[in-house]
Amino acid sequence: MTAAPVLSIRGLTVAFGTRKRPTPIVNGVDLDLVPGRIQGLAGESGSGKTVTAMSVLGLLPRTAQLGGSVRLGETELLGLRRRDLSRIRGRRIAMVFQDPSASLHPQLTIGHQLTDHVRTHLGLSRTEARQRAVDLLERVHVPDPADALGRYPHQFSGGQRQRIAIAIALACEPEVVLADEPTTALDVTVQAGILHLLRDLALERQLAVLLVTHDLGVMSAIADDVAVMRHGTIVERGPREQIFTRPEHPYTRELLTALPESDFTDERARTALAERDSADDPEVGP
Amino acid sequence: MSDLLQVEDLVVEYGGRHPVRAVDGISLTVRAGEVLALVGESGCGKSSTARAVVGMEKPAGGAVRYHGEPVPPLGLRTRAAALTAMQMVFQDPNSSLNPRKRVAAQVADGVAAARARGAGGPQEAGHWLEQVGLDRALAARYPHQLSGGQRQRVAIARSIAARPDLIVADEPISALDASSQAGVAAMMRRLCLDAGAGMLFISHDLSVVRQIADRTAVMYRGRIVESGATEVVWNDPVHPYTRALLAAIPRADGKGNLPQAPAAEAPAEWASEVPEALERA
Repeated sequence: MTAAPVLSIRGLTVAFGTRKRPTPIVNGVDLDLVPGRIQGLAGESGSGKTVTAMSVLGLLPRTAQLGGSVRLGETELLGLRRRDLSRIRGRRIAMVFQDPSASLHPQLTIGHQLTDHVRTHLGLSRTEARQRAVDLLERVHVPDPADALGRYPHQFSGGQRQRIAIAIALACEPEVVLADEPTTALDVTVQAGILHLLRDLALERQLAVLLVTHDLGVMSAIADDVAVMRHGTIVERGPREQIFTRPEHPYTRELLTALPESDFTDERARTALAERDSADDPEVGP
Repeated sequence: MSDLLQVEDLVVEYGGRHPVRAVDGISLTVRAGEVLALVGESGCGKSSTARAVVGMEKPAGGAVRYHGEPVPPLGLRTRAAALTAMQMVFQDPNSSLNPRKRVAAQVADGVAAARARGAGGPQEAGHWLEQVGLDRALAARYPHQLSGGQRQRVAIARSIAARPDLIVADEPISALDASSQAGVAAMMRRLCLDAGAGMLFISHDLSVVRQIADRTAVMYRGRIVESGATEVVWNDPVHPYTRALLAAIPRADGKGNLPQAPAAEAPAEWASEVPEALERA
């Protein structure tokens, strides 16, 4: 490991429900995000990976009970006042979500969405902000950037919309980018392009990226380090190659064995997988 | 072997005056005892094809024949008993299962369909649940008391309890967690072949399809651009679109290799006709 982490998560706990009967979702997660590196957070639905990412930015509903610590440099983010947090959100920590049609405003032009918060956060003039927007769109390979500024989200394909969402995330030169399933809604041929873009941007802008995804193929393509999450806990972590070729935790071994596009197989994991769905598990609910 | 399902020059269109052509003249056959996979990306027309096959969509052209007879459009009336030998499995078990009925009763619906057709077979729900790898005890549950993977298995149990000879499955595994996808797909193949039935398996996930399909048809913009024996198509794709599609799948080998990204979005060559890419053996 080279640089010091810009974002440190320590002992993060999240619970929903009432104070008297909380339902724990995240039970003590530690993660460090380092400039220029992509930290992967893998797990299946309900493992708590998205909740972990959301809690960093205070995006969880008020009923969520948080514990532990999330530090951005010298600033403790947990328990920060909303006003202070909104200065950090988008400015120092940006997010890229799964569905670009939901993260872009359908009734505002791309130009509006790209320049608005740049002007708020960085105090640029209208012309400066516009030039910046054009540069950003060019960087994420949106064709004909100057023209694109005047158009609306529905006039772009899904892949282009995700590129625009990434441009918006980068607009204020954040230190940290949280990417939650950034390619899951995309076709595989479009996904490939977005993966290239994320990989290049992390290096060239020295972004500290948290990549949340259930897709181990995506993880293997661009993550530097991988943490595997299950039932709110990180069960295994390590450099990418180690996790994919020499996994130790039985759960990681199961995930890789189940995957047709992975080379790893393990007979014990295969048996465990076959039994997993059949069980009469009283824990399972809505 | 006889053709269970024959689709000839099928055209499906949506909208009135300026219709959108979702399926643009495709032909395919499914024989007994084989799995045909129809793969492609979103909007290529694969689901529209599935819907037209089972009669949920009225074709704007071409024909769908099941046992040599045209498939009548689904209406408000109950289907003819003979047609219940064609069963469908959908992507989302939450919408295909009845939330207010216990698992046993839903599987019993499948059994009733088989009996109405005069097809024999085990009657108890427990038997069919075991067939799909579920505990018999789950028969007393309601769908909301099951995990997503278990729900989809129940939907599959119900369809095989109807003793089908053709299963049309539209993205049956994409709502499941990654760790159960390949397992459920393999199970569907086994159940299908054990019963001597045929299956049209629609999916966007080529790596799963590779493991369970005898033949694969690749769809792009409403047309089949490449088809043939699965291993041939997978190992040696000849159509530019199939090549791009296969090259774009990231491999989970931990080596950090980026999949190949197409130079442009939807290059014109993807829509090109390559006659030698069809019916490859």
